[in-house]
Amino acid sequence: MQTNNRPVKEIAQEIFAENQAERILGWKRGEFFYDNSPAVFSAADELQEFVYDAFCGSNLSKFLVKEAAKEGRIAVLLKPCDRYSFNQLVKEHRIDKENVLPIEIDCDGMVDIDKVRALGIKGIKSISADGDQLTIETVYGQKNCSKEDVLLLKCQTCKDRTGGDRFALVREIEEMSSVERYEFWRSELSKCIRCNACRNVCPACTCEKCVFDNDKSGIANKANSDSFEESLYHMIRAFHVAGRCTDCGECSRVCPQGIPLHLINRKVIKDLNEFYGEYQAGADDSSVGPLTSYELDDVEPDIVMNRGGGR
Amino acid sequence: MSSRIWSIDLEKADELFNALAAGQRLYLPIEQAGQVQFKEYDPADSKQKVRLDALNTVRSAKDLFFPQSENMAAFKREGKKIEIIDNRERVSPFAIFGVRACDARSFEILDRVFLSEPVDVSYADRRENGTVITLACNEPEETCFCEAFGIDAAEPGGDISAWIADGKIWWQPITARGEALTEALADVLTNAEPDDEKLVMQKKQIREIIAQLPLHELSLESFQPERLKEIFDSPKWQELSEACIGCGTCTFVCPTCQCYDIRDYDTGNGVQRYRCWDSCMYSDFVMMAHGNPRTSQVERFRQRFMHKLVYYPANNEGVYSCVGCGRCLAKCPSSMNIVKVAKAIGGEANV
Ligand code: SF4
Ligand code: SF4
Ligand code: SF4
Ligand code: SF4
Repeated sequence: MQTNNRPVKEIAQEIFAENQAERILGWKRGEFFYDNSPAVFSAADELQEFVYDAFCGSNLSKFLVKEAAKEGRIAVLLKPCDRYSFNQLVKEHRIDKENVLPIEIDCDGMVDIDKVRALGIKGIKSISADGDQLTIETVYGQKNCSKEDVLLLKCQTCKDRTGGDRFALVREIEEMSSVERYEFWRSELSKCIRCNACRNVCPACTCEKCVFDNDKSGIANKANSDSFEESLYHMIRAFHVAGRCTDCGECSRVCPQGIPLHLINRKVIKDLNEFYGEYQAGADDSSVGPLTSYELDDVEPDIVMNRGGGR
Repeated sequence: MSSRIWSIDLEKADELFNALAAGQRLYLPIEQAGQVQFKEYDPADSKQKVRLDALNTVRSAKDLFFPQSENMAAFKREGKKIEIIDNRERVSPFAIFGVRACDARSFEILDRVFLSEPVDVSYADRRENGTVITLACNEPEETCFCEAFGIDAAEPGGDISAWIADGKIWWQPITARGEALTEALADVLTNAEPDDEKLVMQKKQIREIIAQLPLHELSLESFQPERLKEIFDSPKWQELSEACIGCGTCTFVCPTCQCYDIRDYDTGNGVQRYRCWDSCMYSDFVMMAHGNPRTSQVERFRQRFMHKLVYYPANNEGVYSCVGCGRCLAKCPSSMNIVKVAKAIGGEANV
């Protein structure tokens, strides 16, 4: 179902009015104007708190793993980027499609409040938009910035809008010397507090019990013995989601330490594209991915040695 | 409180830090890959970027007293003998500058837990060796609600309180330890007047800003120990917890969260026992032989807030174990937090 520019709240009301679903997975207004939370609505009168605006960056698809398993049909609001995760989860049989009414909603980019703060803007009270210009009222007076500059990282290279080059930074890192690259990742990853937000939010991470949480796995740990172990955690995760990561950007959005985790996944995606041809995980809900199919002309493992450039 | 007060030009902050670092290890809010953390200051490292303007570090100051992980003991096996080696770290004196009023209060909350019998020796060791130098908050954030806990961001406390006003760092020792540290800084600090107009103005300004913050009057009155059962049974927990992804970010960034796990690591020829922060949001929290007493996320979620707003105050003369630093407000992936919980559950208990 498409929204065709209708207000999303109206669509939500219609879903209840016409009994299209018993519950709606959407966003609920927060304490401030920017801290909307994912929420399940089960009746029309609950929709008073329903919200859809430029602060609904969170991807609702993963919540479906638990919500779609419950009794009664659930409608879910999917921004263009979230649709990829939804498809991928359906493909992996993590969501029972029959129990879900997916609603594709329009989006013109979500604002990252942390980016606003990074501009040195503090004590934020409200934001109003006039085209690309944002006017921000704060405890310390009025400030301005451009919306483009404070879009969520995933929105800056949106798959559905003419976005920037999502591999630009990956290429820059590839061009680094191995020492520089090591320093770059060391400085980023040693900030990690191992809170697991990146893993828990990730729609590709849906194991019932993650090895890192499983006492019996032998590698469960809540603390690292040194910061190198943190890197290992992230590498294992990147490998596990390889070919399934839709580049939804959630990991980088939620990391309290601002670690650019998406760059690890984008590197993997870039390599997969080069090795096996262009592929977008979640573009559909049934095709076989590059790492789960075999073609005679697939690259040989020695590509790693032979492509050169120390990458 | 001592009425003596000193100052130093903000431009000469380096001199102050170098003098401090000469006497003990010094931790400052330092930028690392875009985020600000308390890190050891190295006068020789010109690349370190000290950020006195940053309000709250991502990891709180509790890190220095209750680190994320630390060794407790090692067990070494030789034949039929097992040797127990005490390899707990013993710290040398250190100072931490730039602690905000909320984090300074968090130490009092942790003290009640770790310094009551049986005393936690590692924590006690760090508390005895650490001098806390606070810094008043000139530019509080909208997420700050320290005032709800009677914390005054303009009088930040600690062993020494500091302010930035009129292009100077103002310095006032509060405890004997603070006095002792100040003695050693006679060469860099200049005597000043405690009621200097500029300093008084700055404090007034801070309080005026605090009074404008959206959460400054947050009421927690309805969270009374007598209402434990009623709050525990509130139907609201279910819907509030729905957004929670159980990541534990809120507990790891929180200055008052105090739970830890003790684990044994197989080193190949022995065992290293260590402890590390734990989170009530995790599925294996308080795991026992029979399993976990809290089997669903709603129960785990509820635990965090019951502990902060009901259980802890019930055991500690009504003191809440939240200091309103706002970290969980800023960092939760789902924007679910203690304020939303307090308003939803508290509001309901009020009627
Ligand atoms: S990537 Fe950004 S702009 Fe594109 S659909 Fe997602 S949230 Fe909207
Ligand atoms: S979200 Fe960030 S800090 Fe948390 S585990 Fe992931 S990388 Fe580490
Ligand atoms: S409340 Fe938020 S930060 Fe805390 S565990 Fe749940 S999702 Fe994570
Ligand atoms: S519960 Fe949240 S606001 Fe309160 S002290 Fe912890 S992190 Fe800060």
